[in-house]
Amino acid sequence: MAIIKASAEAIAANSSSETEKLASVKKHKPKNTIIGVGNGLTEKIMHIVFLICSSVAIIALLLITIYMISSGAPIISKVGLKDFIFGDKWAPTKEIFGISPMILTSVFGTIAAILIGVPIGLMTSVFLAEIAPKSVVKVVQPAVELLAGIPSVIYGLLGAMIIKPLSYKIEMLVFKDNPEHIYTGGANMFSAVIVLAIMILPTIINISRTAIIAVPEEYREASYGLGATHIQTIFKVILPAAKSGIATAVVLGVGRAIGEAMAIILVAGNMANMPEAFNSVKFLTTGVVQEFAYSSGVHREALFGIGLVLFVFIMIINIVLNLILKGKAKAK
Amino acid sequence: MAELNNSDIKIVTKDVNLFYGDNHALKDVTLDILSNKITAFIGPSGCGKSTYLKTLNRMNDIVPNVKISGKVLLDGEDIYENGVNVTYLRKKIGMVFQKPNPFPMSIYDNVAYGPRVHGIKSKARLDEIVENSLKGAAIWEETKDRLKQNALGLSGGQQQRLCIARAIAVEPEVILMDEPTSALDPISTLKIEELMSQLKEKYTVAIVTHNMQQAARISDYTAFFLVGEMIEYGETQQIFSRPKNKKTEEYITGRFG
Ligand SMILES: Nc1ncnc2c1ncn2[C@@H]1O[C@H](COP(=O)(O)OP(=O)(O)OP(=O)(O)O)[C@@H](O)[C@H]1O
Ligand SMILES: [Mg+2]
Repeated sequence: MAIIKASAEAIAANSSSETEKLASVKKHKPKNTIIGVGNGLTEKIMHIVFLICSSVAIIALLLITIYMISSGAPIISKVGLKDFIFGDKWAPTKEIFGISPMILTSVFGTIAAILIGVPIGLMTSVFLAEIAPKSVVKVVQPAVELLAGIPSVIYGLLGAMIIKPLSYKIEMLVFKDNPEHIYTGGANMFSAVIVLAIMILPTIINISRTAIIAVPEEYREASYGLGATHIQTIFKVILPAAKSGIATAVVLGVGRAIGEAMAIILVAGNMANMPEAFNSVKFLTTGVVQEFAYSSGVHREALFGIGLVLFVFIMIINIVLNLILKGKAKAK
Repeated sequence: MAELNNSDIKIVTKDVNLFYGDNHALKDVTLDILSNKITAFIGPSGCGKSTYLKTLNRMNDIVPNVKISGKVLLDGEDIYENGVNVTYLRKKIGMVFQKPNPFPMSIYDNVAYGPRVHGIKSKARLDEIVENSLKGAAIWEETKDRLKQNALGLSGGQQQRLCIARAIAVEPEVILMDEPTSALDPISTLKIEELMSQLKEKYTVAIVTHNMQQAARISDYTAFFLVGEMIEYGETQQIFSRPKNKKTEEYITGRFG
């Protein structure tokens, strides 16, 4: 850069002697400063660019927080925090807004989906990383990666087509001697949990597999060298060594499950009942999605209240899981 | 090398050939490893020393596309025969690797790993094994107060001695060491060399090393490898003072001066 500038100046300098003098002054005196200023400037500009970019994220987060609080708080002060969160009846037409059934549904739905999805996903990732022949991996791996990108509403559609009828059959079997049971037709907690579990599988599989593959070859050698079998090596060395990656997979799975609405709205039944396997249920997310369009007034305010609760929830989960992960990393 | 009792021979390898795909990595290797002696394997890089060592406890089984022919006998039994229990074989023939490779777990769990894998559950028994193995690898004093700490917090030299402790915890008969000191400082190296001299009282030791002085210092027998062939094998003293083969001489003298 500096050289080009200097030669350009030199060419310009040929035209007149006066400019020649100027040019030579320019050429000599500021030579170092030109380089210095040039670099310093790009540095500064880049710093500002980085600053702006990162501020956008922070400002967005701030705005969301402020907006959620300002629009969710009124209903909570109207109904009272305790009645809103612990109230077990949700009847918008009668202006009764208790969301504990939805909170419990979201919490237990997520936990159940994780309990089902994590072991299956982990086993699959072990299979793909350690056991499956290359030819199988070549087919299955891209398929799993693709699954992770499929829009969640498609999981919902498949759930409505396949899981729901299945769940209805089970429901009829379980409750055939119980005339009091209100049949859900398969649109219930059970179906929603299964759909959620399936939906988080690709995330769990992909991230755990990456973590397993990253376990150094030396650990495997050491284990085999001591006479351990392949299975012993997997469970006693490889999985423990990959545990922080696997924990990340679980965290992302939790995040995906608790924030999901589209996949489960088609199979959950959407009634604000307490979460039992064969009850129609409403999640925090599905409640908002389903009722928003026809809500108005206090009802709409209540939906914002639900949004605020969900928001706080996800914040807490993130912070707690992060602390746990960091604690683990330190213990290491 | 003449007039040996059969009971002195721990491992016999006869006409061993090994291919990695098309790469002929071992060519007709025939030699006997003697009980309670240290046998050193020397030779330039890529000549098959590690490969040879790994044929002795079938660590090559893990590598895809390996073909092995010839015979490897441990106490007269062919280890490549059908029906050989590889797990049991590797319990008998332990291995220490070039790069210290403790597991990312506590010192205690590292040493207890092998015994646990082989079915020992009693806490008292494990405690005893861990202590004895760490003592046997001359690292007990440094670690006895921090057995619950992560092994990755140890220095490289300590890690390698821990790996030796881990290997002897399963009570092997043979210990294979593939350049065990190449990643270590001189003081740690010295410690491990001293350790090896003690180990040979109980175990048969085979060691690969690029360090001529090390081979000369610690081993009883030395084998010289060159591009997959075993060129010369004999008592260490003889190999280093009066090598019979011209190539051996060139290699040894080239290294020294
Ligand atoms: N896992 C493997 N797959 C394919 N080829 C291999 C493998 N391991 C070793 N080889 C090849 O076999 C030959 C012998 O390698 P080996 O590692 O036994 O040499 P070495 O004498 O131990 O060398 P070094 O002193 O560098 O450790 C080399 O040509 C090497 O490329
Ligand atoms: Mg080697």
